[in-house]
Amino acid sequence: MSTSSSPVETSAPVAAHLAVDGLGLWFGGLKALTDVSFEVKPGTITALIGPNGAGKTSLFNCISGFYRPRAGSIRLDGVDITRTHPPERAKAGLARTFQNIALFKGMTVLDNIKLGRHAHMKTNLLQALTYWGAARAEEMELRAEVERQIIDFLEIDHIRNKPVASLSYGLQKRVELARALAMRPRLLMLDEPVAGMNREETEDMARFILDVKEEWGISILMVEHDMAMVMDISDHVVVLNFGKVIAQGLPAEVQGNPEVAAAYLGSGDPAELMRRLSGVGEAA
Amino acid sequence: MRIATAKETYIADEGLLVTATQRAWMGVLLAMLVLAPFMLNQYWLYLACLVAINVASATGLNILTGYTGLVSLGQAAFMAVGAYTVAFFEGQVGTPFLLNILAAGLVSALVGVLVGIPSLRVKGLYLAIATIAASVILHFVFTHWVSVTGGVRGINVAPARFFGLELASPFALYFVIVPITCLMVLGAANLFRTRIGRAFIAIRDRDISAEVLGIPLLRYKLMSFALSSFYAGVAGGMWAYFFRVVTPESFPFATSIFFLAAVIVGGLGTIIGSVLGAAFMTLVPELLKYVVDWLAPIFPNAGAALSPVRTIVFGALIILFLVFEPHGLAEMVRRARRFFHLWPFRT
Ligand SMILES: Nc1ncnc2c1ncn2[C@@H]1O[C@H](COP(=O)(O)OP(=O)(O)OP(=O)(O)O)[C@@H](O)[C@H]1O
Ligand SMILES: [Mg+2]
Repeated sequence: MSTSSSPVETSAPVAAHLAVDGLGLWFGGLKALTDVSFEVKPGTITALIGPNGAGKTSLFNCISGFYRPRAGSIRLDGVDITRTHPPERAKAGLARTFQNIALFKGMTVLDNIKLGRHAHMKTNLLQALTYWGAARAEEMELRAEVERQIIDFLEIDHIRNKPVASLSYGLQKRVELARALAMRPRLLMLDEPVAGMNREETEDMARFILDVKEEWGISILMVEHDMAMVMDISDHVVVLNFGKVIAQGLPAEVQGNPEVAAAYLGSGDPAELMRRLSGVGEAA
Repeated sequence: MRIATAKETYIADEGLLVTATQRAWMGVLLAMLVLAPFMLNQYWLYLACLVAINVASATGLNILTGYTGLVSLGQAAFMAVGAYTVAFFEGQVGTPFLLNILAAGLVSALVGVLVGIPSLRVKGLYLAIATIAASVILHFVFTHWVSVTGGVRGINVAPARFFGLELASPFALYFVIVPITCLMVLGAANLFRTRIGRAFIAIRDRDISAEVLGIPLLRYKLMSFALSSFYAGVAGGMWAYFFRVVTPESFPFATSIFFLAAVIVGGLGTIIGSVLGAAFMTLVPELLKYVVDWLAPIFPNAGAALSPVRTIVFGALIILFLVFEPHGLAEMVRRARRFFHLWPFRT
């Protein structure tokens, strides 16, 4: 990875600190989240793991503003964002990808990525209609930045003008990451970034996520079932089961926790858990 | 290396007309538009003006329905607002022609914003019905606000005056209507190269993820409504100067369907589709009239029967389009372009 693609030249985003405190969420009678508390420290990768239906995506939806939690608070750098709308959270530096890719399928890769920058741009309607001066300059600057910082960085130059629908699943996931990066996030949230990928694609994606952390210096919160990858790249792991945090800590600490093993397997043997979990990683 | 080539090409890449062929075609088209008034007779100039007015309105509807995904059956009512605005300003205020046209667009945009408010909550057919309801209310206003609209009898509009010239004939009006429409089409094409146009498309394709990207849905939906009805208002304003009388029946509900059909036949979500669709919908019935005239001597007794046949053929043509070319005339153009691009290597 050449250093020319690192985004340091212009307004490098500053890593955000996320603090989730006592979050509760109900769906009718179902308690999807109960008293969930954890932090994402600036510039680190925090992994959120847990069995299917544990509430990981629901938690993401609370943080990005789709679900209104019943209780608790979400703070970004100390500012309470629990009640703000999704577009405001985007402005505050929150970007995410979706478990079931949510790209604009008919648009090209380039247009999808450009959309990520929307909230940071200023062109108004009148300027847009004339495409004079400011509008043109802003679009050109955007294109140059997208090319330099994102397309090159994620190695997707060969597909920039392809419609997203024509791409493989793995590439679509990468384009979604590209679009999230175009938002100049301070906290990047990835919902199962390597689900459905083969080993090679998974390794590429893991490398990109690490590069994002190191070169962009932003905080990352990631939901992932691929335990090998989680243990490999995360700094902190939060385990969710039936909507509750049952363990959190360094990857090694969580690996050895009998309660985590029980959640996944119904057995209390950590060695057995690790064997089974790495099996999960390879199967994915 | 790759970066260098990218940098060299992207400035050209972001242009409206990317290839030399496209620029050549545009040159030919502009030359034809300039020469047309000197080559065509009054009747064809009349049709040319009508096509231009309809292109302006269809382009507006395509911004809303084709690009933003908000189905509207209110375009005729928005045109009517524009037409009445021109009639009012021309007759009772006496402001200059271009200012009146601009006012027509702005007043219509304002009404469009009001009508667009339900769009945050309702979509698809429900929104279409909300726009029909708005049309009905506007029709009621046109017939009952007699002091401004002249009630059912409507208002006569004085000919447009421009630098002391009276623009009364299609020949004279051509020189203002066609350039205004060209500017509006250019504006729409520009729009979709910028953040605002992309936001509209994002809302159409998936409004949930549009929000995550920081696009406030209500503001952009209302903006799309405002812009679309601005286009309709300007078109209606030009219509008022063209036909010189505005009544509540000038823009019947069928006109809204006409425009929806135009953008579907032309191609939803394409600029060229709005142009081709409006031209198709305006000209094909006229061309069919010619066909009927030619057939008349062959089937001397069928003259009366042929006129309804014309309507049926027109309807059938639209249906055939929907079935065999759901992406409209724009898709046919794209296919033709590909063909000539690859010719003679592949067919
Ligand atoms: N919109 C909703 N309405 C009702 N129930 C919901 C809704 N969204 C999620 N749930 C329920 O909340 C629980 C948590 O779901 P969630 O999608 O957050 O799990 P997850 O941890 O992301 O699972 P997976 O690993 O399968 O993606 C599940 O029981 C699910 O059925
Ligand atoms: Mg999930």
